[in-house]
Amino acid sequence: MIDAAAISLGRIGAMVLRYTYLLRSSWPRILEMVYWPAVQMLTWGFLQTYLVRAQGVAPNSAAIAAGTLIGAVLLWDILLRGQQGFSFSFLEEMWSRNIANLLMSPLRPAEFVVALMVMSLIRLAVGVVPVTLMAIEFFGFNLWALGFAFAAFFVVLIVFAWSVGLLVSGILLRYGLGAENLAWSLMFIIQPLGCIFYPVAALPGWLQPICWVLPPTYVFEGLRGVLIDHVLHTDLMLTGLAIDSLLFMGAAFAFAWLLASARRAGTLLQTGE
Amino acid sequence: MIMGLIEPTSGSIRVFGHDMAHDRHRVLGRMNFESPYVDMPHRLTVRQNLRVFAQLYGVTDSAGKIARLAEDLALVEFLDRPSGSLSAGQKTRVALAKALINDPELLLLDEPTASLDPDTADWVRAYLETHRRDRNCTILLASHNMAEVERLCDRVIMLKQGSLVDDASPAELFARCRRSNLEDVFLDVARGRVNAKNRVVS
Repeated sequence: MIDAAAISLGRIGAMVLRYTYLLRSSWPRILEMVYWPAVQMLTWGFLQTYLVRAQGVAPNSAAIAAGTLIGAVLLWDILLRGQQGFSFSFLEEMWSRNIANLLMSPLRPAEFVVALMVMSLIRLAVGVVPVTLMAIEFFGFNLWALGFAFAAFFVVLIVFAWSVGLLVSGILLRYGLGAENLAWSLMFIIQPLGCIFYPVAALPGWLQPICWVLPPTYVFEGLRGVLIDHVLHTDLMLTGLAIDSLLFMGAAFAFAWLLASARRAGTLLQTGE
Repeated sequence: MIMGLIEPTSGSIRVFGHDMAHDRHRVLGRMNFESPYVDMPHRLTVRQNLRVFAQLYGVTDSAGKIARLAEDLALVEFLDRPSGSLSAGQKTRVALAKALINDPELLLLDEPTASLDPDTADWVRAYLETHRRDRNCTILLASHNMAEVERLCDRVIMLKQGSLVDDASPAELFARCRRSNLEDVFLDVARGRVNAKNRVVS
């Protein structure tokens, strides 16, 4: 159990300070955070513009189609970069062989996790916010104009991103850097199954129940509902959030179990490959 | 294991009366450690690293504490250099500064002079002697350098293949093994020339 009274904002702040120092010390890191989301958004945006023009779609339908795709790309980036912001901050400790220093300091695992969540938000702010502004400039799509719907989408996506980040961090603690590729690749399973670019109905019937277990599916279905039908399906958002909560608790349990297992196996001092 | 990083397969470890397997967070703030096998983030400067650890350990007036440690450990000119750019000796001094940032009551040192040149190693040992005397701090030192152990330790615990084979002051060990230095005592233990009761068998 986590003793909330024992959680120290000072220690969480220390970890955020550590990651902020790291980001400030390396402009390529900051550039990389903006670069990929921008490339992704521009590629898909121009492709969508070309297809709409080539098929002679009515302007209003074209705008909706473009919004659906670019909106999906931006929300996908929130999901992917949210998880990577969490996982990469954790990986920094393993790359710099600093993890033992932290685990033998007064820093509690829960504080470490909260600091990684904060860093995930900071990295999102640096990497994805500029790209949402570029989407307005290049394609006239304003994600922020979705208002409350965007806030709901963001919450469901970021909690899921943290759950995946937490699970990956636990696996890294237990099995070392040999599992590093999970931090880069695990989230990509969501691209086909989370129905980012197409509705759930487009998938074979046997696959659809699996999609509905994943909170991002509710967000991307919700996005299409907002942009095409102009309706925010709150039932979808609430269901997505409920599944999110369960998955986050499961991930937290898995992280705690993997950390305890690493202590028993004595692998925390041998976190290399 | 003493810091709670590894769980013992049997038995328990208590520090300041607390079980380290389940209650470590109550005492970790009163301890610290230094090991050449654990790094600090290379891209952060020495000052940034020390500031982060000062905050982790809840040190008030971290700027003043860092300035004093930098002065004591001859780190002033390196404070704003990336930790990764330092030599082995400089890194050891930075690691010592991190280990002393919270004025620990119990300081664990793992091979504190490993891979250091003799001059730097002697400097580190002298610093530790002074620190222990001035701060009345308990130091638990793991080392294969018997001259270092002889110089720094009041009590020596000898382990062989994970089992405790002796626990005495250096003077008692000399007397039991009829030796004049710990290097020879160590060789006697390692080569099985003393039995479980520390009697010389050959």
